[in-house]
Amino acid sequence: MAGGKQATAKRAMRWSWNDPHLRSLIWQVAALAAVVAALWYFAATAHENLSRQHIATGFGFLQNTAGFGIVQALVPYSEEASYGRAFFVGLCNTLLVAALGTMLAVALGFAVGIARLSSNWLVAKLAAVYVETLRNIPLLLQLFFWYFAILQPLPGPRESLTLLPGVFLSNRGIVMPGVGLTGTSPAFLAVLLLAIVASFFVARYAKARRMATGERFPASIVNTVSIIVLPGLVWLIGGAPFTIDHAAMGKFDFTGGWRLLPEFLALLLGLALYTAAFIAEIVRAGIQSVGRGQTEAAHALGLSNWQTLRLVVIPQALRVIIPPLTSQILNLTKNSSLAVAIGYPDLVSVFAGTVLNQTGQAIEVIAITMGVYLVISLATSLAMNLYNARVAIVER
Amino acid sequence: MTGAMKWLRRNLFSNWWNTGLTLLVLYVLWRALPPFIDWAFFSAVWHGGDRTACLGPDKGACWPFIFANLDQFIYGRYPADLRWRVDIAFLLGLAGLVPMLIPRVPAKLWNLGYLVVAWPMIAIVLISGDRPGLIGVDTDLWGGLLVTLIVAITGIVASFPLGILLALGRRSEMPVIRTLSTIFIEFWRGVPLITVLFMASVMLPIFLPRGLHLDNLLRCLVGVALFSSAYMAEVVRGGLQAVPRGQVEAARALGLSYWQTMGLVVLPQALRHVIPGIVNTFIGLFKDTTLVLIVGLFDFLGQVRVQLSDMHWSTPQGAATGYVFAAFVYWVFCFGMSRYSAFMERRLNKGRVR
Repeated sequence: MAGGKQATAKRAMRWSWNDPHLRSLIWQVAALAAVVAALWYFAATAHENLSRQHIATGFGFLQNTAGFGIVQALVPYSEEASYGRAFFVGLCNTLLVAALGTMLAVALGFAVGIARLSSNWLVAKLAAVYVETLRNIPLLLQLFFWYFAILQPLPGPRESLTLLPGVFLSNRGIVMPGVGLTGTSPAFLAVLLLAIVASFFVARYAKARRMATGERFPASIVNTVSIIVLPGLVWLIGGAPFTIDHAAMGKFDFTGGWRLLPEFLALLLGLALYTAAFIAEIVRAGIQSVGRGQTEAAHALGLSNWQTLRLVVIPQALRVIIPPLTSQILNLTKNSSLAVAIGYPDLVSVFAGTVLNQTGQAIEVIAITMGVYLVISLATSLAMNLYNARVAIVER
Repeated sequence: MTGAMKWLRRNLFSNWWNTGLTLLVLYVLWRALPPFIDWAFFSAVWHGGDRTACLGPDKGACWPFIFANLDQFIYGRYPADLRWRVDIAFLLGLAGLVPMLIPRVPAKLWNLGYLVVAWPMIAIVLISGDRPGLIGVDTDLWGGLLVTLIVAITGIVASFPLGILLALGRRSEMPVIRTLSTIFIEFWRGVPLITVLFMASVMLPIFLPRGLHLDNLLRCLVGVALFSSAYMAEVVRGGLQAVPRGQVEAARALGLSYWQTMGLVVLPQALRHVIPGIVNTFIGLFKDTTLVLIVGLFDFLGQVRVQLSDMHWSTPQGAATGYVFAAFVYWVFCFGMSRYSAFMERRLNKGRVR
């Protein structure tokens, strides 16, 4: 076969439209030329329009002073900071809501997906109603509903609802006790981190030993003890590593403590509930793809319902679940850009909204914004592909 | 009676865990459902001419707000005496759509041609009034469900041919064309629709030559069409992959050209497979049309928000009423389409079920 292919390649090209190689070459050159010409034309038009309207070009504006405030900043930010800094603040806010939303959506989605297959009629029906309601209503409408119809009409800070002792819900969001650091907290955190890393290796060792010898090593007990006891010792020796910063009622609003903005809450809630409905369907399809014989065999071996689900069904279902789950996580990240509609300062709202309006440099700002989402998309699919490669069936 | 008891025992109280779950769900329903039903029906206000009817403590949903603004929700600010043109365009569309959706009705190809080519042209002329003898209506005045449907239908109709070409390009044997198609598809699928709409509304004018002016609606339509064509391409590609290679080889052996092979042999089989996928894409697009309100168009949701900010109707329960109503309307559309998609899926799978 290889020889034949080479012979075809070596054969002199016929200068005729009937030669498939020449024809495909012409098509490709024509397509490339058309694309290049179109890009060239648009670039030239843009150049002409920009110079006629005296709009600055280039990325120099990123160093200019922003001059506007942002209500939620994970990194130090002030009005004197640069546009580049504002971009970074927006990016962090997007990543924060996407990461938290993903965790909530995956947890809730698995719960609802499993509930849809529950033998309990009421639970299964409730899960079905949840899925069919939430995924058939536009996300933006759900965000408006949470923000304008639920969170905004809540009472003000003075009459706020007490969710838990020290945790208050009002139309300014949720206020809760914050955690402050003291001198010994680095040591405490270091030991905690060390214990967690060590427990990972203990778990691996335990699994390897069970595979090799069949003996059980009580890894979970050892790990729980080490994670609690080791940092506890540091606590006892060095004194309390944290101070609790309780929220107090100020003149008009709470001061101190940690605060979750209503915009953030609405966005997080909306994204998580909406995406969970889609994840639930994916999980259901994944579990249904595992043959009934697997469950029956597991039951015959004496595994409980829960053990069957955790040890037999879900590991196999994950192979079916992971690829569509990846695209749902990507959707959640992209959908977090709807923040702009309810005023949560995410990347689109801060950068493609305020910064674009102030600088007028549409091409640069939109290109950067789109570039960021492309990079996030590619990075997420890469990470999930790696994970997928781990859980995929290893064939010959 | 024993049958009912048996059913309860088996489905709700089979063991301690299930009994606990049942009680928990019943408790949650008892806490959530009666207040909602009370809000929506018993405490709700049903009659009234303005906001005063809905003011006061313990009042539920403010339904007169919906009744009074129904026309705006459907047509936006479209002139009232010209709304019959929109109605006719809508009915003409329905006349093409209903036979299309019923599998038994013949002449699907002609029907599709009418829906995808003839009807959009008639509808555009009727709605915009852009012909001598008709009174023109500026797109600024279009709104409500009208804009929602225009954006969604344009998105799907424009994305159909574009998506097919892109899908064929992505499966092409020519590396340059394959790469270009892949880049195009992955680019649009990798960015959020809202950035596409921002791009269409603020960046597109910079790339257009002087003198060529597109209004905001048209610019958004371009953005939506490009965006949805990438998603459509992936759906179609799924269908192309489901057609066995032997079909292509047999067609080529019979001497059919590439376009004949694709148009006569592969695509008819592939597209049949992906009807549910196309409907699902349309559902996604229909929900995504709400995003156009962020760039200043007044679609159905945008129009609800406009009427909510009307001083005559600003009441404490106004926002909840408006959004629940809007949610119900979107839900009816999307749920109906998803049922249809499920029906087609079952129908297409009939041959494969053993």
